[in-house]
Amino acid sequence: MHALRPIQFKPLNLGRWLVWTAFAFMLMAAPKIFSSGSALSILSQMGTVMIFALSYNMLLGQSGMLSFGHAVYSGLGAFFAIHAINYAGNGVLPIPLSLIPLVGGCAGLIFGVLFGYVTTKRSGTTFAMISLGIVELVFACSLMFPGFFGGEGGVAANRVIGKPLFGISYGPQIEVYYLIAFWLFISTIGMFAIAHTPLGRIANAVRDNPERVEFIGYNTRRVRYIMLILSAFFAGISGGLSAINFEIVSAENVSVLRSGGVLLFTFIGGIGFFFGPMLGAIVGLLLTVLLSEFTNAWQLYLGVFFICIVMYAPGGLASLIMMTVRVIAHKKFKRIFPSLLLVSIASLLAFSGAVMLIEMMYHLTLESANGSTTKLMGYVVDTAVATPWIGASLLFLLGLIAVYFARQPFFAVWGDVNAEIEHAMKGAH
Amino acid sequence: MEFTITSILNGLSYGLLLFMLSAGLTLIFSMMGVLNFAHASFYMLGAYFGYAISTTIGFWPALIIAPLMVGLIGAGVERYGLRSVHKYGHIPELLFTFGLSYVIVELVQLIWGRAAVPYKIPAELDGPLFTLFTTAFPIYRGFMMLVAMLMLVAIYLVLKHTRIGLVIQASLTHPDTVEALGHNVPRVFMLVFGGGCALAGLAGVIGGNAFVTEPAMAGTVGSIIFVVVVVGGMGSLSGALLASILIGQIQTFAVALDWSLLSFIKLMGSSVAVDAPYYRVLSLTLSEMAPILPYLLLLLVLIFRPKGLLGNREG
Repeated sequence: MHALRPIQFKPLNLGRWLVWTAFAFMLMAAPKIFSSGSALSILSQMGTVMIFALSYNMLLGQSGMLSFGHAVYSGLGAFFAIHAINYAGNGVLPIPLSLIPLVGGCAGLIFGVLFGYVTTKRSGTTFAMISLGIVELVFACSLMFPGFFGGEGGVAANRVIGKPLFGISYGPQIEVYYLIAFWLFISTIGMFAIAHTPLGRIANAVRDNPERVEFIGYNTRRVRYIMLILSAFFAGISGGLSAINFEIVSAENVSVLRSGGVLLFTFIGGIGFFFGPMLGAIVGLLLTVLLSEFTNAWQLYLGVFFICIVMYAPGGLASLIMMTVRVIAHKKFKRIFPSLLLVSIASLLAFSGAVMLIEMMYHLTLESANGSTTKLMGYVVDTAVATPWIGASLLFLLGLIAVYFARQPFFAVWGDVNAEIEHAMKGAH
Repeated sequence: MEFTITSILNGLSYGLLLFMLSAGLTLIFSMMGVLNFAHASFYMLGAYFGYAISTTIGFWPALIIAPLMVGLIGAGVERYGLRSVHKYGHIPELLFTFGLSYVIVELVQLIWGRAAVPYKIPAELDGPLFTLFTTAFPIYRGFMMLVAMLMLVAIYLVLKHTRIGLVIQASLTHPDTVEALGHNVPRVFMLVFGGGCALAGLAGVIGGNAFVTEPAMAGTVGSIIFVVVVVGGMGSLSGALLASILIGQIQTFAVALDWSLLSFIKLMGSSVAVDAPYYRVLSLTLSEMAPILPYLLLLLVLIFRPKGLLGNREG
């Protein structure tokens, strides 16, 4: 056994500075690389979803609270922000647009104080159900009070308010992007800092073993409550930014659907790493935006992808990347490569078969009025004939069988390699 | 009088339907600790299977076959999905069923399309059972109540008076001991999960044609049954029955009443100006508030009785 080293204050953490600077440069350079109009709007949306997913992970990843109703805070934040924009436009409120996200954040915080008082009384599964009840409550209320929530159509606003400052009017999308990027950077730093405060650390302990935390004298409920309030604040900021970005907020912003979406994205990205949710926001948004242009079945793919992540990689994409990086760093990638390649090819076979089947079925049930032929990966396929169905089924079945036989050796090698790495890491200390 | 009795009967039949759903959910939860987020999706599957079978071979076979099919699917989900997630803990299990609910809705749309399907009440159950004053009470409502009652009695008998029921009850509290006595606890889990899903499927077969069979039906009933389970007390079957009937009554009564705080104030002899800022809140009628009442009840129960009405453990 080796003695524990006391934690020392290091004046300059160079690696951390490098990462944050690189992050800032990435934010600044992104619109230069992806400069088309649609890319810019996706980037802006990504920024808001990233803040939302990071704030969600303060609950799920850091404090172990699974919420089905996080959109309540971002959505209410968005509603308050859009009303604030309208008031600022009328000259009632002297707020510049760049500070509107703060209005959303404060609204989120206040509702976090209000709802969190009830929801954080319980933890685990019951917390999940209560959060679902809260989001249903707020959603139903949003249809009951059309004066504030704007009814079915929602509340619209014009974000160009007041005189341009230094030539920035926030009319063009690029200016909005940089506003979002600025708030994303600030919020990310804020949330990263919170994760490393004693509060963030004790929240991790509450997640892992609440009973012991109670024994060392902490009130687990209060820890959950404070984390929820802070998380609701950042969710409100993201809501305010999305209000600025879209210039419209509707009841959909406070819906179960939106809450479920952020849960999917965050978990796909990975809840175990701080950057996981950001990755999830990028991948999830690309999946929703790009995939929905190609196929009607994108939600099915997203759902199946999510289930695969839950079953086979509960650490999300972030953990997959980090583990692969670790294997490469220990120069053991050559050993897993052959079996990894086999599994990948087999899964690709099964996947393409499944995609063909699903697409043909969708065509048959939803679009058969437009004729029985459909385009599949560039080829014209007739869904009324048996041949493509047999072909796709064969491909799918063969792929499944191949996966069945290829996965065992892969898991064996993967387990061995990781066990060796962990052994080596323990020995190095 | 007429209104009250009809509303009570309607509320009772709706509440009993809710109970059929929440009974399976509660059984699964109290036994495995898994909150089956996809439970309402199995209800939807039951309705669609019932529709598909009743259009080919008739409603009565569907009443038996469809729940069995849903139960089989549920057992398969437990065996090949949930069981492998079990080692990661309860939250990933819940997430798994959450993902499953997404996939089931999409699969249902894939097979039956996005619009509602014409799932009709069978001809022999169509018509009035009896007439109360001037309102006719449909046979089908009575049939729903009968099926739910039979199911309630069946669950009670199975759990209390059969060998497998005893094993299930024992596995609830002492799974390790039961395993040590030579029972296959994972198989009991699979049985309970499949059985719970079959109950949801049965509720779907008889609820699908009483209401609407459409892809959104899982979402509309899903959050209500979670409210039922929390209000009744997590894991308490009798609590689920009480809460289902309570919520059934609240919803049917609220929809029909247009009382508001404003009418109460008028009754007291004073009045509120139309342009007062809180006028909108005061003028909300009970029927307008009907959708939020279950959730308000949930909040009240959580604040004043966190265990739930008949629950005996803190979650």
